[in-house]
This record gives sequence, C-alpha cells and structure tokens, in this order.
Amino acid sequence: MSITLKALKKSPWVFHVNTGACNNCDIEILDCLTPKFDIERFGIVLVGSIRHADVLLISGPVTKNVLPRLKRLYEQAPKPIKVIVVGACGCTCGIFRDGYNIVGPVDKYIPVDAYVPGCPPKPETIISGVVKVLSKL
Amino acid sequence: MDIARLLFNYIVFPGLLFSAVVGLLTTWVDRKVTARVQWRVGPPWYQPFADTVKLLGKEVVIPATARRTGFLLMPIVGLAAATLASTILWVVNLDPSRSFVGDIIVVVYIMTIPAVSMIIGASASGNPLGIVGASREMKLLFSYELPLIICILTAVVKVGSFSFERILAYQAENGVILWSLSGIIAFIVTIFCAQAKLTFVPFDIPEAETELAGGSHIEYSGAALAIVKLNMAIMFFVLPVFMITIFWGGISFSGWRILTSLVKYVVIVVIMILMKNTNPRVRIDQAMRFFWGPMFVLSVVAIILARLGL
Repeated sequence: MSITLKALKKSPWVFHVNTGACNNCDIEILDCLTPKFDIERFGIVLVGSIRHADVLLISGPVTKNVLPRLKRLYEQAPKPIKVIVVGACGCTCGIFRDGYNIVGPVDKYIPVDAYVPGCPPKPETIISGVVKVLSKL
Repeated sequence: MDIARLLFNYIVFPGLLFSAVVGLLTTWVDRKVTARVQWRVGPPWYQPFADTVKLLGKEVVIPATARRTGFLLMPIVGLAAATLASTILWVVNLDPSRSFVGDIIVVVYIMTIPAVSMIIGASASGNPLGIVGASREMKLLFSYELPLIICILTAVVKVGSFSFERILAYQAENGVILWSLSGIIAFIVTIFCAQAKLTFVPFDIPEAETELAGGSHIEYSGAALAIVKLNMAIMFFVLPVFMITIFWGGISFSGWRILTSLVKYVVIVVIMILMKNTNPRVRIDQAMRFFWGPMFVLSVVAIILARLGL
C-alpha cells in the first residue's frame, strides 16, 4: 500500500452535499461532529470547498434542479474521491420515488462507494459506512 | 563551505524541514486544545502529517478561469518567505554573532510576504469567493501592520538598535522587555496582531469557513493546498518565536534553558488558541476599527512610555 493511500485513510476530508433531502440526514451527519461521537479523532473534518474534499457525502434523492450541480461537483473534485450516500432517499429515492421532480437515486449518475440506509441513519451507522469505505481502499 | 552551511540552515535546520515539523506539531496542539475546550478527544499527534502527505498525493485541479502561473507559484513564494523568516530568527537566536544591522526590518518585511502571496494567489484563482477573500485579506493586512510595526519599534526604542543581537544582549543584561510597562502593552497588542496575521478567529475574515467556504484558498487542491497549509503552519511557528525574541529574552538550547524556551513558546501558542476558541468572528470594518483605534492608541502609548524609559 502506498504511503499517500495510508495517509488518506487517516485523514478523509468530507464535503457534504444535499441533493434534495428533507434535512433529517443532514442533522444526523452534523451529530457525528458533536463531542459525543467526535469523528475528528479519526481525522475526519467537514470542509467548505469541494477542492479540499476526499469524500463526497450525499444525502437526498436527486431532484431535477440539483442534478447538473451534482455532476459538476463530482467532476470538480480532485481525484481520488470516494462517494458515500447517506439515507434511504439517496440509496433508492425512498418515499419520494414517485415525485414529479425526482430523477432517480444517486448511483444512476455517479459511481457510489458506500450506501448508508436508514431514515435517517444513526450517527453510528454513518461512521460504520465511512469505515467500510476506508477499509476497502 | 559558507554556501553549504547557509543551504543547510535554509533547507534542514532551522529552515524548511525543522520549521515544517515543529509548525505541523503546533497545528496539532491547536487542534487538540480546541477539541479539549469543546469537550472532545481530538485527533492523534500525527494528524497534520497525515493530512499533508495525503494532500501531496492528490490531484491538483487548476480551474479554467485561473491564471495558471500566479495561481501555482504564489504558495511556493509564501512558503519560501515563511521559511526564510524562520531561518533568520533561529540562526540569530542560536548564534547571535550572525546577526546583522537591520535584520528586524528584514524579518518584519518577509513575514508580510505570505499574506501578500495569498492575496495574489486568491486573485489569480478566478473564483468570486476567492477574490472576496483576497480583498478582505488586503484590508486586514493594512489594519494590523500599523500597530504591529509600532509595537516592534517600542522594543527598538528601548534598546536603541535595529539588530536582534543587541535586543537579545539588552534583555540578557537588563531583564526581559516584557516585564516593563511599555513592554507588556506592546506584547498584548502584538498578540492581537499575530492573531490577525495568522487569520485566526476572531480575525479569520479572509477564510471564513462558514461564509466564504475557505475564502482565499478555496480553489487550491492537492499539493498546492498542502503547501498553503504548510505555509500557515510555519507562520504559526514563526510568530511566537518572533515575539519571544523581541519581548521575552529569546530562545536558547543550552542546558535547562531549553525548558524555559519551550514553556514560553507553549504559553504564547496556548493564549492564541484560547483566544481563537472563545471569540466569534468580527466583520472586516470592525477589525479595521479595532486595529486603527484602540490598538493603534495603545501601541503609541507603549512607544511613548518606552521613550520615557518605563
């Protein structure tokens, strides 16, 4: 294993994007950063710019409006980038699957490395999803 | 022989390698103390090193709207300047006979270059948020440089010389400048200015994570971002050392003075981190008013007191 890959496992920086979620998953994602779970122990920090990101964390079914932005975000990210989908909506569109403005789950458009199901998933589940992605590297 | 020694000083000790390692360890102290203040555990000690190595291995994206040369060159210019400032400070501290007349002026100017390089780099990135960050960085630079330079002049007036050697010799004979009335005022003002120079909260206006999404380094990625972060880490190392040299008797590696030097360094670093953690971000006009108002008046008072011999 190369040293940069090893380092990547120790410091995955996360960029969080909401593709039409109901905000519930976003609250759970922020829970991971609270003192109780404190994912900075593992070097995980939320970053403000996609250029700094190693992990693209997506929550929500993809709406028509957000689709071009999602594709563009994926193209803008410096590679290697890992994609994690959080929540039932992102994995399968969930209860919004018949919505007039929903164009499908995330993996129809960009390659996804891990799915974290749940409505919303618990912070423990999100952390376990991140761990699975990193152990796959 | 002389050139080899200078190159060794610049690249290995106390230049690039040494400053980078200690600077990254200082950013770890920053993150750890921040975590403890927020009742968290915080990252392990090797975290900044892992971040840097990881960033070096990532793709460098150059935006289509960016001016390629300026965008990629400026972090390197900033890093070279920060390293040079660190080298001069340490060489003078370890061997005062290598000091030269006016080296304080040289260091003060060199310490401005990282900020200027960030301004040019962010302007070249072609990102609107980056340009807003650059403009704020420039305003911040104009605000804090004035009181900072007057505070440094306070020490110069007290000693009557522009060289680090004389300042260190004066402090070895007459006690440190910090324990005089003018010294303590100048020191407090300098800490505020250093906070702004490092763009720490409450003066992180150019970066403003939640508002400008990284501001002046929004478009940097991969190795370029690693250099930007290294640059900031080295500046975080240089400024406390500079303050110790000017106001607090300098740093020494002989015998038990290693310990007191370390204590001085850690005290200044922790004061800055605690200030960072207990304050909200101010607006750019508030920052400017703060530096040109109370801080300027305090620094002028300090220099007058120093002239009167207090």
